[in-house]
Amino acid sequence: MNAFDWIVQLSGIAIALAAAPGFHGWVNQCRAWLQNKSAPSLLQPYREIRKLFHKDAVIAENASRLFLLAPYVVFGAMATAAAIIPSIATRLPFTQAADAIALVGLLATARVFMSLAAMDVGTAFGTLGARREMMIGFLAEPALLLVIFVVSLTCATTALPIIAERLSAQSFALYPSLAFTAIAFTMVLLAENARIPVDNPATHLELTMIHEALLLEYSARHLALMEWAAALKLFNYACIGFAVFAPWGIATNHAPVNLALAVALLGVKLTIAGGGLALIETVSAKLRVFAAPEFLATAFLFAVLGLLVRLLLGA
Amino acid sequence: MSQAIASPLALCLALLTAWCVVGFAGLVRPMSIAFVGRTLFPLGALCGAALAIVAVATLDQPTEQMILPIGLPDLPAHLRLDALSRVFLLLLGAASAGISIFAAGYFRHGEGTAPGLLCVQYHLFLAGMGFILIADDAYAFMLAWETMALASYFLVTTQHRIPEIRRAGFLYLLIAHVGASAILLCFGILQGGSWQFTFDAMRAAHLAPPWAALAFCLALAGFGAKAGLVPLHVWLPEAHPAAPSPVSALMSGVMLKTALYGMIRVSFDLLGQPVWWWGLLPLSLGLLSALYGAVFAAAQTDMKRLLAYSSIENIGIIFTGLGLAIVFAGAGMRAAAALTLIAVLYHAMNHAFMKSLLFLGTGAVLHATGERSLGHLGGLIHRMPWVAWTTLVGALAIAGLPPLNGFVSEWLLLQSFLFAHTVPHPFINMLLPLGAALIALAAALAGYVMVKFFGVIFLGQPRDPSISKARDAGFAERIGLAWLALGCALLGLFPNHVIAMFATVTRQLGLGALPMSDAPWWLLLPIPERQSSYAPLAFFAVILIVVVSAIYGVRLFYHQRIRRGAAWDCGFGGLNSRMQDTAEGFGQPIRHLFQPFFAIVRELPSPFDRAPAYRLEIGDRIWIGLYLPVGVLVRFIADRVAWLQQGRIATYLLYSFATLVVLLALAL
Repeated sequence: MNAFDWIVQLSGIAIALAAAPGFHGWVNQCRAWLQNKSAPSLLQPYREIRKLFHKDAVIAENASRLFLLAPYVVFGAMATAAAIIPSIATRLPFTQAADAIALVGLLATARVFMSLAAMDVGTAFGTLGARREMMIGFLAEPALLLVIFVVSLTCATTALPIIAERLSAQSFALYPSLAFTAIAFTMVLLAENARIPVDNPATHLELTMIHEALLLEYSARHLALMEWAAALKLFNYACIGFAVFAPWGIATNHAPVNLALAVALLGVKLTIAGGGLALIETVSAKLRVFAAPEFLATAFLFAVLGLLVRLLLGA
Repeated sequence: MSQAIASPLALCLALLTAWCVVGFAGLVRPMSIAFVGRTLFPLGALCGAALAIVAVATLDQPTEQMILPIGLPDLPAHLRLDALSRVFLLLLGAASAGISIFAAGYFRHGEGTAPGLLCVQYHLFLAGMGFILIADDAYAFMLAWETMALASYFLVTTQHRIPEIRRAGFLYLLIAHVGASAILLCFGILQGGSWQFTFDAMRAAHLAPPWAALAFCLALAGFGAKAGLVPLHVWLPEAHPAAPSPVSALMSGVMLKTALYGMIRVSFDLLGQPVWWWGLLPLSLGLLSALYGAVFAAAQTDMKRLLAYSSIENIGIIFTGLGLAIVFAGAGMRAAAALTLIAVLYHAMNHAFMKSLLFLGTGAVLHATGERSLGHLGGLIHRMPWVAWTTLVGALAIAGLPPLNGFVSEWLLLQSFLFAHTVPHPFINMLLPLGAALIALAAALAGYVMVKFFGVIFLGQPRDPSISKARDAGFAERIGLAWLALGCALLGLFPNHVIAMFATVTRQLGLGALPMSDAPWWLLLPIPERQSSYAPLAFFAVILIVVVSAIYGVRLFYHQRIRRGAAWDCGFGGLNSRMQDTAEGFGQPIRHLFQPFFAIVRELPSPFDRAPAYRLEIGDRIWIGLYLPVGVLVRFIADRVAWLQQGRIATYLLYSFATLVVLLALAL
């Protein structure tokens, strides 16, 4: 561990923090194009976050400290997750501190704090949103863990950097087990990041919203942190996906050339993934809340299928 | 003699006796809360802390045995202190220290049994559990087991004037004795024809495979009944809420673990080498219990019943791990078995702390508001901040969130499930990894349950105006809560030290320790070649650094102006506390998704009702499908047998005469 490793580590976090709203903006832009709308600028999420930071915070009278603390905890959890995920390099000092299971736990921590904060003021929408968010969460979490399980069986480890290294070292081949788990992972990504078909990030129709309902009582800097954290979450999920299913180009040593290449490739992958995400969102319709469990059960079954293929065929 | 006094076993014995003495001292002034609460319960807590210290300080000392010449003639009590006993004594001592301190401020007048009597029962309960852990023959074990069962029965029925509580107590007593008879039969088989009931003789006995399997099944039935394993769980959600909260904490946190102790003792020690397929039984029952407990917990509306079901879930996770450890041990995979058993012990220790903490939190809420039903609570974080924040630690821990303790044991268990596909038995090795998915589902459901539990009690607005007068817990209660919350944090942040403790157990049971010696002390790296690691301290530090720098960064670059206003709520206005989601509402997705689990009775009001009422009852299909038919059958047989009771002395004399004739005929 030398100082340069830490610099790479810190710049990884910085890239995640800086790029996450941009990625969010890119998905919005693609979606607008696909839907024949004029697209907002790529910088729009940054402007919104900046605007929110400048505003005065208005907090409900009966909000407790937990309500004020939650945005920081959620943001902290997402930033820590960004430090764990090997997005540009695998040999980072902090990645040892947590494996993929701990990463799932970290995401769950953020979810729990967000739901508790939504219940704190005691509004009808907040509690409803908390309940729905936790429902999506407990359905998505086992599917995500099973995805990690399949990959861990393939690579004999649950450490994400080593998974990325081992998978990128293999010759390019289509593993059926990984294909199934990739489908499962994409479905979990859609559900966990409040995208169509499970939730609609653009909705403000009270009865259908999940993620937006959690944030209703927040304003100004707290809302800014929550929005930033949501963008980071999407970015993190995308990077988990890259690390597991498209690990090519992630730097396994800290030669500046490799690092530069890794950053460039990350940009390319994010561009493609953002376009794909916008496409999925455009071609699918939002499900009723009680159809969401079926959607996630399907994801779970895909992961089980991946597991069985892995165990039966070893492929 | 001086050596004997200084020996750890003698110290433990002295501390357990001290618990009995402290208990009986309560009879001196049975009605004095000041004496019993301020003097005796803190003394009991000190004994508990001392027991924990003795257990932990002597952990790597050799096994020690002792014969006490008390009890029946020619049947002295055999005692033994080994690593397994020490780990469970640590659990008992450390958890009970916190609970006893809390109890010092908890018990008050007018709550059923007199305080002095309660003190006797409470400390006999503790001492009984302690003696179970050091008993080394079947007689001593059963004596201690029954002491524990009876003492806890009387504690459950503290408020014996309430019919439901008497009923709950009866159910508990009944299942406790069905379980105890199964354990007795198990010991009967284990002695293997030598008619020596010391555990040493049982270790030496060689059982034929069918007998060994039968003994294992009887042990599983007996200890499973005490642990609350589905389908023998029905007493648990009745008895745990009925008891006063410190007793609920002891029962859920500690007593259920004595059943785990018994199960480990029988399957890994007394039976020698377990056979791999035995493990499938606790494994499948454990998975069922984990899912069942979590689903039912999510649907509850009484806060203590919710926690009781959550205990079933955690016991399910523990027994799943135990089953997996037996499968690994039987298949000769010693390292995997050691890892799994460590995960089991770790989860047992964690659960002792977190569940006790949560039960004590509900006790404080119950005393402050007089309400147990979630439908009347809410917003208590403003009135009871101390209780709320400590309970939050317990809730996050039991939801399995890093960096607290619940996560570490679940992480270890999931790591051990990654060995499952290498079990050398076809088909089984395909199914076992799916168990990990069920454990993940149960753990995720636990998160849902805890958001409901904490959110409905402590957050939002008070659902009942009367509870806005609630006051925070008293001094002793705060210490108890803080002790347990600190335990949750430390167990989560220093896993290597805890695992090193449990490794003494796996070494003693012949499974060896984990090959993690070369990892630094802050890095949990159970299997070096896997490279799966977790460093809770670093993890926590980074989150803390990011959170703190975010707080100060926002202050530095922007401003920290805050205005308070009415809740926005999409601008609808006129918000009142009855518009919040209720506990029933929070359970609705679960009732919808897991409908086959429940027997739901729902009464909806019609539009023409003068006083519209909504009633929803959630029944247990196992109770309806399994217990009620057995009850009917027992009553049917009893009615038939009652025919013998004619009530006329001449008939009874005839019975005696007939018996005599039959016996004489047999003798000839």
